[in-house]
Amino acid sequence: MPLSNPPDVSDVSDVIVVGAGVVGAACAYYAARSGLTVTVLDRGPVAGGTTGAGEGNLLVSDKEPGPELELALLSTRLWQELARELPARIEYEAKGGLVVASDAAGMAALRKFAAAQAEAGVTAEEIPAGRLHELEPHLAPGLGGGFHYPQDAQVQPALAAAHLLRASGARVRTGEEVTAVLTGAHGEVRGVRTAAGDLHAPHVVNAAGTWGGDVARLAGAHLPVLPRRGFVLVTEPLPRVVRHKVYAADYVADVASGSAALQTSAVVEGTPAGPVLIGASRERVDFDRTLSVEALRRLAAQATALFPVLARVRAIRTYAGFRPYLPDHLPAIGPDPRVPGLLHACGHEGAGIGLAPGTGALIAAILAGREPPVSPAPFRPDRFGPA
Amino acid sequence: MPGSPSEPYEARERCEACEPYEACEPYEGSQQHVASAPSEPYDLAVIGAGPAGLAGAVTARTLGLSVALLDAAPRTGGQYFRHPAPGLGAARPQALHHDWAEFTALRRRFEESEAAHLAHHHVWTVTRQDDDGTWTVHALTGPDAASGTPARVRARAVLLATGAYERQLPFPGWTLPGVVGAGGAQAMLKAGLVLPGRRIVVAGSGPLLLAVASSLAAAGARVPAVVEASGYLGYARSPRALATSPHKLLEAAVHGSALLRHRTPLRTRSAVTEVHGTDRVEAVTVSRLDRAWRPVPGTGRRIACDALAVGHGLVPQIELATGLGCATRHTPDGTHALALDALQETSVPGLWAAGETGGTGGWQLARTEGELAAIAVAARLRGLPALTRSRRARDLARRRDRMRAFADAMAAAHAPGPGWTSWLPDDTEVCRCEEVTAGGIREAAGELGARDARTVKLLTRAGMGWCQGRMCGAAVACLAASGTAQGTVPPSAERRPLAVPVPLGTLATGPEEPGTT
Repeated sequence: MPLSNPPDVSDVSDVIVVGAGVVGAACAYYAARSGLTVTVLDRGPVAGGTTGAGEGNLLVSDKEPGPELELALLSTRLWQELARELPARIEYEAKGGLVVASDAAGMAALRKFAAAQAEAGVTAEEIPAGRLHELEPHLAPGLGGGFHYPQDAQVQPALAAAHLLRASGARVRTGEEVTAVLTGAHGEVRGVRTAAGDLHAPHVVNAAGTWGGDVARLAGAHLPVLPRRGFVLVTEPLPRVVRHKVYAADYVADVASGSAALQTSAVVEGTPAGPVLIGASRERVDFDRTLSVEALRRLAAQATALFPVLARVRAIRTYAGFRPYLPDHLPAIGPDPRVPGLLHACGHEGAGIGLAPGTGALIAAILAGREPPVSPAPFRPDRFGPA
Repeated sequence: MPGSPSEPYEARERCEACEPYEACEPYEGSQQHVASAPSEPYDLAVIGAGPAGLAGAVTARTLGLSVALLDAAPRTGGQYFRHPAPGLGAARPQALHHDWAEFTALRRRFEESEAAHLAHHHVWTVTRQDDDGTWTVHALTGPDAASGTPARVRARAVLLATGAYERQLPFPGWTLPGVVGAGGAQAMLKAGLVLPGRRIVVAGSGPLLLAVASSLAAAGARVPAVVEASGYLGYARSPRALATSPHKLLEAAVHGSALLRHRTPLRTRSAVTEVHGTDRVEAVTVSRLDRAWRPVPGTGRRIACDALAVGHGLVPQIELATGLGCATRHTPDGTHALALDALQETSVPGLWAAGETGGTGGWQLARTEGELAAIAVAARLRGLPALTRSRRARDLARRRDRMRAFADAMAAAHAPGPGWTSWLPDDTEVCRCEEVTAGGIREAAGELGARDARTVKLLTRAGMGWCQGRMCGAAVACLAASGTAQGTVPPSAERRPLAVPVPLGTLATGPEEPGTT
């Protein structure tokens, strides 16, 4: 692309990250720590997309052995480091997860699942029915038992993204939408164009989350990211009545499902600020924010079935978010062989907050030419073929 | 369906009640108009029993529609025509109300209309049925929403007449007991016949202040000052709008002379910039403001008082509509109101609005819009577009336009200046529910890169508490935008998908609704 003027130094960096959500922030943070200069662009504000609508689940408990679990275990360790490096206000809590089964059959399935996870490095302790109330005093009576996952944790996602970005030292340009990806004579990435002008860098990281398909398209690549809507219910502030992340065993099946129809399996948790959060429904309805009374009904029914004490507690707010969904439920992470210089870091579905540091570390290692901390092969962005 | 387009309405004899609308069917009795089975929807659900909702309900009944009117309060009248609580023995509510006679006439017509009055209905959301396009209004019933039982009302059209709530701009000391909303003080007086103090400073901005001060004075309080942040000169910029709204001028003159009689000075271009007191209000500091509403240093003057009634205009209460994706417009005084077409319909077909939801304008405007909206609803449901071209409809539209122009001129005159946040030190609490200070919000908007109210909320929790930002929303938006040209992202209308808190046990009940979204 011919330039009429030599680029301003402030318009040149080693890496441009598109997306100021938690994944983009983590990519910026680890790239900057590798000595690269980074510019982060977002058409909206910091954490304005799916990050701002997330619950902040850092889960290993819901993942079967495989590449996602490997990335989650790496991320779990990195979140522990980040919790020491970033201000306490990111509200990192190593609270642990508790997955409960309603009966003996459910418990047997959980036991099998946990045994496989244990081989992959997940810590899980069986909690017999009689001991459930030691962990969660307000759980309903009559449950079949559960598993305690001490590695599950929680963070306040918007604050985590904002503090990661601040700590990265990257130039952050919010309110600037990428309108084109600039390429050179051989199709290689040279930078991006926004309404404010051209920004130059030999590498562009697509961390646009649910809108990652649009950014890929600007670069001439195909990435089939679709929105999968979720509602979260927020209660009035309460003293701690829920201590862990508590969910029923059906959650794992819902996460893995590819169905477009509404699925709900309540994940219930307390927050340091007091409200109890109840997630999460899943349905593919494009970008429609209209309230689904049915989704709320099911979430509330499941949450009150787990914790009857919540029946009299009032929901004061609800909001929808759009998970970036790829057909095989794995994110796209790494270089796009079709467009030299373009890397993707999106499509994490409902696990983006948890998987952000591992994703950022992986992208930074690839950019810096280091040995990647986990194999990027399962996350290859061109695995879906052409449109 | 009472009106397929093929029915020859024009050929029938006209009834007297419908005569103004020129093209309607006579109706007999109520049996055909009231939803007879739970499965049969009403023609129109009106949400809000203030002047707009009452006028809408009465008119819709006159035009032969079945109508349900839902409101959280036990009695009709809304915020403005608030009734003294029964048992207080108030003999003359009209003493506190201008236009009480006009209102009681409207209320009587409503009572005679046989519309279903669903009092104690706290509406928490409205949804649309996918298959047939009917609406479901979801409410909690009972004196208190918290313990209410759920109810659902189905209708073919909805008229939103949910009014407005008061806007507050914080200042040091605004959380002290004795500081009350200006509208709240008036409501206390009308509903409970009690005064918030004996010596009450009235402050803020907007035409409501004069009305509040004269009501308080009439009820026996001393009002040592009315402190208005704008200059009334702003009105002079819209002489046409003023000249065509004699009613409003008359109203202002009435309040003005009442204040003169009570020897209450009006200080314009001034604001209460601090409240003093330990356990409750003892005095306020009133400072002069420059054109941008920045306090002028050295102009602070202390006025002793035991209460402060303060408010900066009204904010349209539109969450039921924004939850359904209705388009909004910026009002000249910096709030969001619903964007409405010439016949009061929102951008979502089948959903109409009237009164303050379309922008603050007072009860006469609300009533006019309610009537016009009901004509539009009847025209749509009965397939009679001619109704909207009737003389009555044209008269109403003209009156609406005139009053809207005046309301917009008034809103522009009282719009908060961009400099008001300079009277807000960093340690002043802005969000009272979550205890977030002005400094915390400034940090989020500065160092942490929030450029709009939503992101500030995510990063600070301001507006996430019990009132869901109704108290602090305006202040947070102003603090978020200061330091940027306009904020890099245009401020959007707040979304509150749950208009009132709903117990989880209530949400959890009810049949599955596969067909609704």
